[in-house]
Amino acid sequence: MRRQILPSRLDTKSAPFQRNREAVLGQLEALDKLLSAARAGGGEKSSARHHQRGKLLVRQRIELLVDRDAPFLELSPIAAAGTEYEVGASTVSGIGVVSGVECYINGNDPTVRGGAVNPYTMRKSLRGFDICKQNRLPYITLTESGGADLPRQSEIFLPGGGSFRRLTQLSAQGIPTISLVFGNSTAGGAYTPAMCDYTVFVKGRAKVFLGGPPLVKMATGEESDDEELGGAEMHSKISGLSDYLAADELDALRIGREIVANLNWKKLGPHPSEVVEEPLYDAESLLGLAPADLKMPVDMREIIARIIDGSRFHEFKPAYGANLITGWASLMGFEIGILANAQGVLFSGEAQKATQFIQLANQHPVPLVFIQNVTGYMVGKQYEQAGIIKHGAQMINAVSNSTVPHITLQIGGSYGAGNYGMCGYAYQPRFVFIWPNSKTAVMGPQQLAGVMSIVRRAAAQAAGKPFDEEQDAVLRKAVEDQIESESLATFTSGHVFDDGIIDPRDTRTVLSIALSAAHSAEVKGTHAFGVFRM
Amino acid sequence: MTAKSINKILIANRGEIARRIMRTCREMGIATVAVCSEPDRDALFVQEADEVVPLGGIQASESYLRIDAIVDAARQTASDAIHPGYGFLAENAAFARACQQSGIALIGPSAEVIGAMGSKIEAKRRMVAADVPLLPSVEVGEQAADEVLRQAKSLAWPLLIKASAGGGGRGMRVVRQAAEFASLLETARHESQNAFGDAALFVEPYIESARHIEIQIFGDTHGNVVHLFERECSIQRRHQKIIEESPSPALDDALRHAMTAAALRAAKAIGYVNAGTVEFLLTPDGKFYFLEVNTRLQVEHPVTECVTGLDLVRLQILVTAGEPLPPEVIAATMHGHAIEARLYAEDPRHDYLPSAGRLHRFRIPAAAGIRVESAVGDTGMISPYYDPLLAKVIVHAPTRAEAARRLSHALARAHIHGLRTNRELLVHTLEHPDFLRGQTDTLFLHRHDPATLAAPLGGDSAERLHAAAAALASQFQRRREAQVLSKSPSGWRNNPSQFQQTRFQGDGGQIAVEYRFQRDGLHLRIDGEEQPDVRCEFASPHQIRMQIAGIQRTYDVHRHGDTFYVDSPLGASVLVEVPRFPIPREEAAAGSLVAPLPGVVNEVKVKIGDAVSAGDVVLVIDSMKVFHWISAPLSGRIAEIRVEAGTHVDRGAVLAVIEEFS
Repeated sequence: MRRQILPSRLDTKSAPFQRNREAVLGQLEALDKLLSAARAGGGEKSSARHHQRGKLLVRQRIELLVDRDAPFLELSPIAAAGTEYEVGASTVSGIGVVSGVECYINGNDPTVRGGAVNPYTMRKSLRGFDICKQNRLPYITLTESGGADLPRQSEIFLPGGGSFRRLTQLSAQGIPTISLVFGNSTAGGAYTPAMCDYTVFVKGRAKVFLGGPPLVKMATGEESDDEELGGAEMHSKISGLSDYLAADELDALRIGREIVANLNWKKLGPHPSEVVEEPLYDAESLLGLAPADLKMPVDMREIIARIIDGSRFHEFKPAYGANLITGWASLMGFEIGILANAQGVLFSGEAQKATQFIQLANQHPVPLVFIQNVTGYMVGKQYEQAGIIKHGAQMINAVSNSTVPHITLQIGGSYGAGNYGMCGYAYQPRFVFIWPNSKTAVMGPQQLAGVMSIVRRAAAQAAGKPFDEEQDAVLRKAVEDQIESESLATFTSGHVFDDGIIDPRDTRTVLSIALSAAHSAEVKGTHAFGVFRM
Repeated sequence: MTAKSINKILIANRGEIARRIMRTCREMGIATVAVCSEPDRDALFVQEADEVVPLGGIQASESYLRIDAIVDAARQTASDAIHPGYGFLAENAAFARACQQSGIALIGPSAEVIGAMGSKIEAKRRMVAADVPLLPSVEVGEQAADEVLRQAKSLAWPLLIKASAGGGGRGMRVVRQAAEFASLLETARHESQNAFGDAALFVEPYIESARHIEIQIFGDTHGNVVHLFERECSIQRRHQKIIEESPSPALDDALRHAMTAAALRAAKAIGYVNAGTVEFLLTPDGKFYFLEVNTRLQVEHPVTECVTGLDLVRLQILVTAGEPLPPEVIAATMHGHAIEARLYAEDPRHDYLPSAGRLHRFRIPAAAGIRVESAVGDTGMISPYYDPLLAKVIVHAPTRAEAARRLSHALARAHIHGLRTNRELLVHTLEHPDFLRGQTDTLFLHRHDPATLAAPLGGDSAERLHAAAAALASQFQRRREAQVLSKSPSGWRNNPSQFQQTRFQGDGGQIAVEYRFQRDGLHLRIDGEEQPDVRCEFASPHQIRMQIAGIQRTYDVHRHGDTFYVDSPLGASVLVEVPRFPIPREEAAAGSLVAPLPGVVNEVKVKIGDAVSAGDVVLVIDSMKVFHWISAPLSGRIAEIRVEAGTHVDRGAVLAVIEEFS
């Protein structure tokens, strides 16, 4: 046997298991509310009005665009949650299969403030370009947007303008870009279809011009109408901005599917194996393995056993740096290397083991899955003197320069530099997904509040002032609450610091879709790392 | 006549009867020779013959009716005998004479008897002499229609025009008004000429409500003539039998004795040798009238075989070889009840429009007492040029009620995909209370609406469940064939907004099926209605085992292009998937005349530039031996004619274009 079956000793009747399960089910319920808000888009009235115009909702467009019965992984579905904007950030994006080709799909939701782009829409859309670029995924945009949300234009205008650069760069990289225009795409927005390889305009609906009739009248005194300036027929027959004139929305989606079918697209990564063994243990138990209290230990091997094929794992260097599990497995037929936190804290041994393992994965080359439940690198005299920073730096060096696909899954806490070493958001993993119980911060709320209290106490002492214990307690509590709420999964996901909160039971499915998408590009390792400080 | 040895038989026929004759030949150690037309080159009967002589040609007149070519084929292959089957040359005296002259035995009565029975006047004269009850009639030769009418003055109306050499309803027309006599006579002449190579007709009173009872007779060259009891063949459409049985529920022993005795008198009067059938009309008052003697093996002979346990083809061959009828024939008795149903590729709901084309599946489940005589295997062609008989399904059971039940069950559970057939009509007829009470006569399918009888098995409720099964099977196939992410859960969503949607066009209209696989299992809506307690126990592209409302059933799904054939204990449905994206395509111009079925253009009645009114006959297509009038859909001028007489056309071909008057 190539790999050993991970045993399971999980007691699903135990109190901690039940507590975890209850807690995460509650979090999933809260997530469901946010997801349903995202699906509702601009609400019933707005959707009804949209339908009355003979238009499909963005989700209906996407459902028609993708292959029937194929999975669709929506990315950052609760973007803008916890902000003044509607959940979902007036856009729907995800990985879907179109005519047998995995594509990144992004559609404006015109029922939400006319599909206007707000800062979260922009972050979601820029994240989409990263995903296409890194994973070599064809880019399809379903355009119908009023443009930037003007009150927040200052946050959008300069960084958002990069969209057009990113579009043409995708094209330059040989990644197809396709724009199906269902409605407004004017002024700056006009460059979205313009920068794409393929454009499809819906007859009587698409409106693509730099300036509309009033602006033209103001600028030059010329009288004109929408159709003359930017209609689908005009652009298809006169300007050539539109490659295909679609009779209606369905026709546009059909043409979009045909375009993809004619891309002659070949994925460059290795094919998954034909025969795939399901994990031996029930995914349902993952609910009881999601730590509700991050102080409680988690048996990471029980989680791994419920995600990988046949629960089969070849563990690398099991006796060394045991707080970090490393090893080889396959997931839905894709070969992977796994780095997972067995215990929250990373010592020098774990950092060095991770560094070696990442290098091995680049040699093979095999994609890496990071499973985070990390409190950070160990602090203290002994560890500083033993070079914990140096070893942490080696791990960060390896993670940063590794070129095999990285996919990060956060199943609990992710604190401090541990987040960096375990390929957090800033380390540009191909995808980051988090469980609903996840918490992310520079350090735990209590620690952070405590540190601030110690600093205040020291300052008071230095100034010779009395220290107000009562006020300190209030402050500590306030800081703790703020940090706690900003470390929650819904906060980080709402701010698009990940690609979405997932139901723990869907982990295997989500990771497999992400891995499959990553295999659109070549899986290539590197020998070129930064200088390893020894 | 002295006994001669028959070692090789040429079968001058096609389809199921050719296969059935060859089967007996094989059992008797006799080699077989098939002849075939161009379209039949790959037919099963051709594949099953030891030797084949292709005759070329498409139409029967170019192939199966070519006496010289067939006799030549027999000579070339050193065949000892020719079996003519039924139809084609089976009752052709000229053919019998040609065989005689070539020294090849024709399996059937002598040329003289065939000729005499083919000539109705002669036949009737002999029957009168033999004291067989007769209907008055008028023979139609070359004389004009009004002359015939005059001669037929004494006959009671309505009248029936029959092909003198006819059979199987071809060349037969009922005339209810003198005004339509001439045109119907003309059509019957055409059909008769085409089908039998003989335009001769005769006219007799048409008895509306009667039973068709026929007596199987058998004679040998040693002076033995026996009857093998009756067959009732009253269930007919367009004068063509579709359900036949033995014994007849209408005959008691006395009537059976009277009719068989009359048949034997008829047989003896003409010195009948070999297998034959004396046909009678039996009126409700118990009177019977001689119709004709069929000097051949009947289509429905298997029911007699079932109840008597005899092989009539074997007996035909033995008698032709000069052997006496064996004792079991002389002392034949009847056991149980047999019913035969003829499966035709035709649409009873559209005036029995033949549906030529390719079968995608043809399976009749094996069951005790069920015998299948089929022209085709699991796949096969039904060509537009000949009789659209797919198969005969025959049952033999202890009682009539059980026979009817078993036969309807076998037909209902058959998988027949690709062509419209009369299967539903047969099943619903066999299950009809009137049929089960034995209330059968030739008007059965007038009294009982064929369109109703031909409704899909299981009706709309079955169709809805079948649509769900089709949707799930096709889902499974898509998942299995997916190039990427094929192992992901079907239709997986992390933020689900809608169900997977499929629409089918069924017999009762469109059916919307929506489904979603969730963590707690399958959710299913049919036409927006959430189905309770749904479980999909097994799924493959070909089969779904699904539980709905607590009842589990297995649905067989067979897909061909966008068409799904679903068979289950509930019935059988044909469902066409509605395309997800309507593809804009060139529609036929409003004034286009399109061939409703494949066939040969018989006549073009217009020229370019002619003015026509809506409803005018523009041209005539001959398909499966029946004329189809193609009339103008609108008034206008003929702008285009794309065919001429003799052109072979496929279904959907544009024949002519009419420019509407503006």
